[in-house]
Amino acid sequence: MDPFESIKQTFFQECDELLTDAEQGLLAMESGDADSETINAVFRAVHSVKGGAGAFGLEDLIRFAHVFETVMDEVRSGQMALTDEVAKTLLRAFDVLADHVNAARDGGKVDETRSTGMLDELKALIGQEGEDEDLGGDEDFGFVPQAFAMDLDDDSAPPAVELELDAPEPVLDAPAPEVAGPNVWRIEFAPKSEMYGKANEAGLVLRELARLGETEVVYDDSHLPPLDQLSAETAYLTWTIRLTSDCDYEAVHEVFEFVEDDCDLTIVNENPNGAGAPVAELSDDDRAAASASAPLDLDALLARVAGGDAPAPEAAPEPVLEAAPEPEPEAEPVEIEAEATAPGGDVASLIALAQSVETPAAPKAKAAAATPPPAAAAAAAAPAGLPAPATIRVDLDRVDRLINAVGELVIQQAMLSQRVLESGLARSSNVALGLEDLELLTREIQDSVMAIRAQPVKSVFQRMPRLAREVADMTGKRVKLIMEGEGTEVDKTVIERLTDPITHMLRNAIDHGLEDPEGRVAAGKPAEGVVRLRALHRGGRIVIELQDDGRGINRPRVRGIAVEKGLITEDAVLSDEEIDNLIFLPGFSTAAVISDISGRGVGMDVVRRSIQGLGGRISISSEPGKGSKFTMSLPLTLAVLDGMVVTGADQTLVAPLSAIIESLTPRVEDVHYIGGKDAVIRIRDTFVPLIDVGVALGFRDTPIPPASGVAVLVESEGGGKAALLVEAIQGQRQVVIKSLEANYQQIDGVAAATILGDGRVALILDVDALVTSTRRKPAARNEKRLAS
Amino acid sequence: MSKTVLTIDDSRTMREMLNHALVEAGYRVLQAVDGVEGLEVLEANGDVIDVVITDINMPRLDGFGVIEGVRASPAHRATPILVLTTESDAAKKERARSAGATGWIVKPFNPVKLVDAVRRVAA
Repeated sequence: MDPFESIKQTFFQECDELLTDAEQGLLAMESGDADSETINAVFRAVHSVKGGAGAFGLEDLIRFAHVFETVMDEVRSGQMALTDEVAKTLLRAFDVLADHVNAARDGGKVDETRSTGMLDELKALIGQEGEDEDLGGDEDFGFVPQAFAMDLDDDSAPPAVELELDAPEPVLDAPAPEVAGPNVWRIEFAPKSEMYGKANEAGLVLRELARLGETEVVYDDSHLPPLDQLSAETAYLTWTIRLTSDCDYEAVHEVFEFVEDDCDLTIVNENPNGAGAPVAELSDDDRAAASASAPLDLDALLARVAGGDAPAPEAAPEPVLEAAPEPEPEAEPVEIEAEATAPGGDVASLIALAQSVETPAAPKAKAAAATPPPAAAAAAAAPAGLPAPATIRVDLDRVDRLINAVGELVIQQAMLSQRVLESGLARSSNVALGLEDLELLTREIQDSVMAIRAQPVKSVFQRMPRLAREVADMTGKRVKLIMEGEGTEVDKTVIERLTDPITHMLRNAIDHGLEDPEGRVAAGKPAEGVVRLRALHRGGRIVIELQDDGRGINRPRVRGIAVEKGLITEDAVLSDEEIDNLIFLPGFSTAAVISDISGRGVGMDVVRRSIQGLGGRISISSEPGKGSKFTMSLPLTLAVLDGMVVTGADQTLVAPLSAIIESLTPRVEDVHYIGGKDAVIRIRDTFVPLIDVGVALGFRDTPIPPASGVAVLVESEGGGKAALLVEAIQGQRQVVIKSLEANYQQIDGVAAATILGDGRVALILDVDALVTSTRRKPAARNEKRLAS
Repeated sequence: MSKTVLTIDDSRTMREMLNHALVEAGYRVLQAVDGVEGLEVLEANGDVIDVVITDINMPRLDGFGVIEGVRASPAHRATPILVLTTESDAAKKERARSAGATGWIVKPFNPVKLVDAVRRVAA
């Protein structure tokens, strides 16, 4: 998109944000809650809308925004009291302003009567009734919309400077009207110290003058003290410049625009009738020669100043420097600058100028002059109103607050339903029916709110084609990656953590899954393998599938490796599916040759762990010779969790479902004590630590008898296993996660909290921390006992 | 070595316009969204910033604050500052001037004028 259109789109996007801010501010003003910063923010918003509109020449919008801004200016400065009536008028005016923005974007028009009527109301507020929209005499506003484009016909800019931003082409090619001849401007320029204090420099002014025509610069350094008495910020030097140029007074005066109040300035035309100034007849070659013949002896000048050789008062002959305004094209611009400015400023700037290497705009400016500026062309051809996407930018914080509040709402609603049910009201009663509707509505709100944080998986998927190409190149495979469902949305946090597992799996699929081209042809398949990456929503979760049409899982081989590595016994009876899933075991690698791409021991266990870390599950289905399909299923958000609600030490606790392998009732003979203290339980020939959750969390000191409770076998993200001993299992439930740190503080063994339907707080177990704690026994008992 | 301009404006549109015009003209451009950030950027990149262009109405710290901040800093007091203004309001321009503004650019500007102004103050 060309820059003009792109900036215009930015403008409308920004308008939407500004209008949102302004509306909120105005509402606050109406309710009397607005402080001065709010009012200022509204003013700034309207001001920015007007500023942008001005740049794009959106006249209706400018006109309206201007009056609005004027009113806001009076309100914020306190000149106008913010009465209820004023606030209401501003709000109504805001609606019209928003309509103007939309009209400007869509190329429509706002209802004339409505707009004019509103303008009159606003003007009435500031006592401008009946006045024309001349913007209250704001001359700068001038109502000549200056489109954001290289305006080549701007007659207020000096000729020659306009296009050639730094190194003007010879202007004499287009001779000035010979009748009058060039003007000869005599300029006396005596800067004051203030001028330098504002970072203006005499040297730069002289440089600008040199761009207008031929200059003859005489400087007076009679006030220059010896170096040891020299103050860098005192103005010692004055200049008399003779400028031979076709330019008018305005152009010369404009050079001094920024400094005229900080200097003594006289500009006189010595040739008011323009009668043949001989200099103007010099050819370019002559000019160059003249310039070359009067080189500046910088060294001498510096030596003189540095040596404190202040000119004697009677030293009449002052150096006369000639600076040619139009260098021959090959000339280094810097030389000209140095000549023009050498006498100026303080010693530091003198040296700086002498050493300066280039001017910023030269090369580009020439290019711009040679070809029509793209922006200008764009401005001319700009299509009316592209549809700009309606978006707003919102702080993530705010969204999270909203999500949190909706979480509370869901809980509250569940509590209410439960209580109504307990109270014995009939399901068909009006109250119960109303509650049902409320429940539907609440769920809808929750889904909508979650959707705010949702983003398409595209950002992850779009990196994959390149990865596929790279891996294919390195392995000598041929692969075609087909992606589907890139628009499928999932929580931003989930997306951020999806990249690694998908990357890993895609590498595996190409590296291990696909055969090499010869192998494929031999197997009767096309030489090019196909890998399909799909995302879809299913059952309130996002499902990501990665399917290849390669060789599939070699089950006898997988089984052999598993036996060899001691993962299963030789006589184990496993279904095909169970064998396939062996590849998720830690340390398992099926690659006969460990390749660079997937790394050593590329266990899919890495992938499984990161998926589990997100509360997800992964599975594989495979058909020998036809390929494999990995299916990942993840929650759409990390704000809710599928949990198993259990009772431990009379507390209601929640274990993340994704970490649970199975639950069982411990038999006394399976429980053993190491060193008479630490319990382990035997589950199918392996021993895992048996952790009494009540003790681990510090609710009680002595564990309950194992046989009286239930053991929940869990696996941590790191692959470690443990059995959590609790009194009872209540059931599965989806819970809204509440940060414990935000509300209380971090506690070992507890990941977060939630509020259950009956209003009780339940802690969510940190399985990883519990499993790890058994590894570094004796675990320090939690200092803080949790109050129930 | 192209010269570097720091643009300080809370309006994204305005920043993009400035950026576009200045980059077209061969400048490097740094951006800040308000006065506070502007001074931070200047502090961190002061040695490469040749010109500062600042808006006046901004949240947190306005353009006058930027000018005062720059002029009060021994390291950057000689950095030229151009203020962006839509107001013909002489008082505002005068206030910027007396605070130490080097020059000004009247909005809406056309890119030629903008680049002109920058060149006129960039040593």
